[in-house]
Amino acid sequence: MASLTISEIRKWFGTNEVLKGVSLAVEAGEFLVLVGPSGCGKSTLLNLIAGLETITSGEIKIGDRVVNNVKPKDRDIAMVFQSYALYPSMNVRKNLAFGLETRGIHKDQIEKTVKRVAAMLQISELLDRKPSQLSGGQRQRVAMGRALARDPVIFLFDEPLSNLDAKLRVEMRTEIKELHQRIKTTIVYVTHDQIEAMTLADRIAVMKDGIIHQFDTPQQLYDNPSNIFVAGFIGSPSMNFIKCKLVKKAKELSVVLENRKGDSFLLPVGKADKSLEKWIDGDVILGIRPERIATGFHEQEGNPQIHEIECAVEVLEPTGPDTLVFVNINGGKVTCRVSPHAAKLPGESMKLMIDMSKALLFDPETQNRIGR
Amino acid sequence: MRGREPVMVGERSTGAVIGRIIVYSILIVAALYFLIPFFVMAMTSLKTMNDIRTGNLISFPREFTLDAWGKAWSSACTGINCEGVKGYFLNSVQMVIPAVIISTLIGAVNGYVFSKWRFKGSETIFSFLLLGCFIPFQIILLPMSQTLGVLRIGQSIFGLIFVHIVYGLPFTSLFFRNFYVTIPDEIIKAAKIDGAGFFKIFWKIILPVSLPIFVVAIIWQTTQIWNDFLFGVAFSGSDSQPITVALNNLVNTSTGVKEYNVDMAAAIIAGLPTLIVYIVAGKYFLRGLTAGAVKG
Amino acid sequence: MQIPMRNKLQNPGILHRIENFLPKLVVIPTIAVAAVFIYGFIGWTTYISFTDSRLLPKYELVGFHQYVRLFTNFNLFPPESRWSVAVVNLLIFSVLFIVLCIIIGLLLAIFLDQRIRGEGFFRTIYLYPMALSFIVTGAAWRWILNPDLGIERLIQQLGFGDFTFRWLVDSNMAIYTIVIAAVWQSSGFVLALFLAGLRGIDDSIIKAAKVDGASLPRIYLRIVIPSLRPVFLSAVIILLHISIKSFDLVMVLTRGGPGFSTDMPATFMYAFAFNRGSLAFGAASAVIMFLAVMAIIIPYLYSELRGTRNAR
Repeated sequence: MASLTISEIRKWFGTNEVLKGVSLAVEAGEFLVLVGPSGCGKSTLLNLIAGLETITSGEIKIGDRVVNNVKPKDRDIAMVFQSYALYPSMNVRKNLAFGLETRGIHKDQIEKTVKRVAAMLQISELLDRKPSQLSGGQRQRVAMGRALARDPVIFLFDEPLSNLDAKLRVEMRTEIKELHQRIKTTIVYVTHDQIEAMTLADRIAVMKDGIIHQFDTPQQLYDNPSNIFVAGFIGSPSMNFIKCKLVKKAKELSVVLENRKGDSFLLPVGKADKSLEKWIDGDVILGIRPERIATGFHEQEGNPQIHEIECAVEVLEPTGPDTLVFVNINGGKVTCRVSPHAAKLPGESMKLMIDMSKALLFDPETQNRIGR
Repeated sequence: MRGREPVMVGERSTGAVIGRIIVYSILIVAALYFLIPFFVMAMTSLKTMNDIRTGNLISFPREFTLDAWGKAWSSACTGINCEGVKGYFLNSVQMVIPAVIISTLIGAVNGYVFSKWRFKGSETIFSFLLLGCFIPFQIILLPMSQTLGVLRIGQSIFGLIFVHIVYGLPFTSLFFRNFYVTIPDEIIKAAKIDGAGFFKIFWKIILPVSLPIFVVAIIWQTTQIWNDFLFGVAFSGSDSQPITVALNNLVNTSTGVKEYNVDMAAAIIAGLPTLIVYIVAGKYFLRGLTAGAVKG
Repeated sequence: MQIPMRNKLQNPGILHRIENFLPKLVVIPTIAVAAVFIYGFIGWTTYISFTDSRLLPKYELVGFHQYVRLFTNFNLFPPESRWSVAVVNLLIFSVLFIVLCIIIGLLLAIFLDQRIRGEGFFRTIYLYPMALSFIVTGAAWRWILNPDLGIERLIQQLGFGDFTFRWLVDSNMAIYTIVIAAVWQSSGFVLALFLAGLRGIDDSIIKAAKVDGASLPRIYLRIVIPSLRPVFLSAVIILLHISIKSFDLVMVLTRGGPGFSTDMPATFMYAFAFNRGSLAFGAASAVIMFLAVMAIIIPYLYSELRGTRNAR
């Protein structure tokens, strides 16, 4: 395993700047996930790390070696592709062995490696089949096996699970995690699926428009997103963003919420300190996750940060364990996660508790986090 | 048509049945329209001249005879020579085989580069090459005949092979490029990471899956070159004429008595190779036809 | 279990470069061939067309002399010069050829697209003429249309004693014999194009129309055929292209005769450049043909290429 250091990378395709100065430091053995909507540059970044594209400016280091001008085959990396990219004319055994053969590894050694990897991934009985005779999940395993056989210092995964059906995807996700815990090789993993990112990563880099918006552990991203994009991208259902007025009342700052009927509620967001002064009596965006608006919380009694509001239910979406209730606050749709038996019917009024301890504020202009 | 039922079940009765009968009748009439000329050729080639003079196009021969075939093959007069089309048939064979092999192989490598190893300007270069599929060949006839003379391969089979390779390349390159474009780029990336280079990827990964497109390209080139007339008539000498030129000379000979049975036998001989290719590998023939014509 | 790297390159710099250059190196011969034998030759022919070359090429320029000659007495209705005859013939031929091929091809495609038992069999029959050389087709039709023993004799023997059919030797009608043979050869191909187009239509659109209560003919007229527009365009372009290049059929059926009544630009060019020792004049006609084809093909190709690039 090796560390990976990326400094100030820029990539232009013609007149189009796809990566606008990206820096990342990944420790040896770490599982890094690059996540972002399509077109954010995450796959380009991965191709640059692999050496499949040349960088316009900046530097990539694998371990202590600068690899800017090193060919892919000499970077000691292995890659798993979204389409698996298995060689269609070769059987599984040959697919696994191809990279070793081109490197001139001795036959006995190759055979041993293929056996070991096949056993590890439970594909031993598939060795003589052609890729066309395999199911999606089996192809995925072979693609991983091909990477494993090479025993590289870094694994690169390019959306490896997105061609699988939902159930298989969850299974393979767990397997990849187990695999990483076993072999402890550095992994860079690209996905657009935030759940995949959250479940797999040691650290996540959230990308958009060629920029890394935040690079942090999954929990930190969830609890302390640095801007509206990250806050909205991580977590499902997405965080609620409510445009509201920030007011100061007796050294306390509050936001004003209003339901459809026009009843307004004053929700405190903390002591008035310097950091929020600029926004007093102006608009802010209140960010609050759906699970923080419910019919009740365990530690509710006497908690000063939990407040009651009343809203009319507009739409119900039962998910099983919870029911999502959509209400209208400040003219926008707000999702609340309540227990199924407590949900009222559409049209009925409902008492909801808001836990403001996890509420976040954002600047409506810059979209960045403010306060605290 | 997949999933497009003709009409509702309830109406299936008489109206629908009559509709089906009409559809099949039209299809059968059309089939006759396409088949009758061949039938006429075959019947005529099996008749004696006497039979031809007294019978009509679609009448059966009173006595079946292969005389016309024998004469067409080895003693009919095409222009000044009276040795049948045998020699010209062999000329065509000698011309087609090397021209097809070489143009197909070069086209395969070109297609590989233009799809999987694009470089700056390669798309533009490819477009310019593609234009070669469309030029009316009249625009290159004069310089080519001069050039073949300078290269000392004018009026020879070598000259024809050369011409067919040159003007076949745009087509074969197009075929292979369009086929290789459908192979995911990720496979090439994976092979690069696995340490394979330009030629190794071609040999080990691309060629083994190329059989279908080789069949398409070979069939296309074979029929094109076999059926060519313009290059044949413009660039061949009297002893290097391809079969199409000989057939044209035969049917256009105005000296002596016209032997239509010999003409038809010679025409069938000239058409047989490509017809066999079509019947044996019709699927690939059609694919080449649409790929070569629609896209390029 | 670090895998040892065997190939330590002595001089990675140079090998690296060679490998980067390899793809270009491999296509350079083709590019060179295309540059010389396609573009160079187009230039060469164009140059010749501006000279006064007769039997042998001469390289003194005489300006537009040959083009002026070509378009002297250029009057299409009625055609006066031999070139205008060729152009009018091309117009007649291409219009009839394209319209007939499309009608036959489209109708057969639609009929063949009705879950026909033995569809493959029918298709094989409809398409086999495409495998034949125009010379073979021409030889066959030359015999069928034979003024004495061909169709004329057949109909007469069927009891119409005074029936005459001598288009092949009638200078007003001979051009239509070329149309007949060309349509027979190419309409199967147009059928294949349309059939592929029909198969590409999303079934749910037709189902939706059926649910809306549209009758089958109506569905075809209002939904299916309009959605085949790209196929119509392709078919017209390809057939037009075949028309402008048509040479073989004319040579074998009529040799441009009687007189030069069935001359087409392609045979005109060949006659002057190769038989009548008038290189420059033939070259000028070739240039006109070339420009006509390019005027059709380049916009078409451009839109096609742009389409595929966007799709990628």
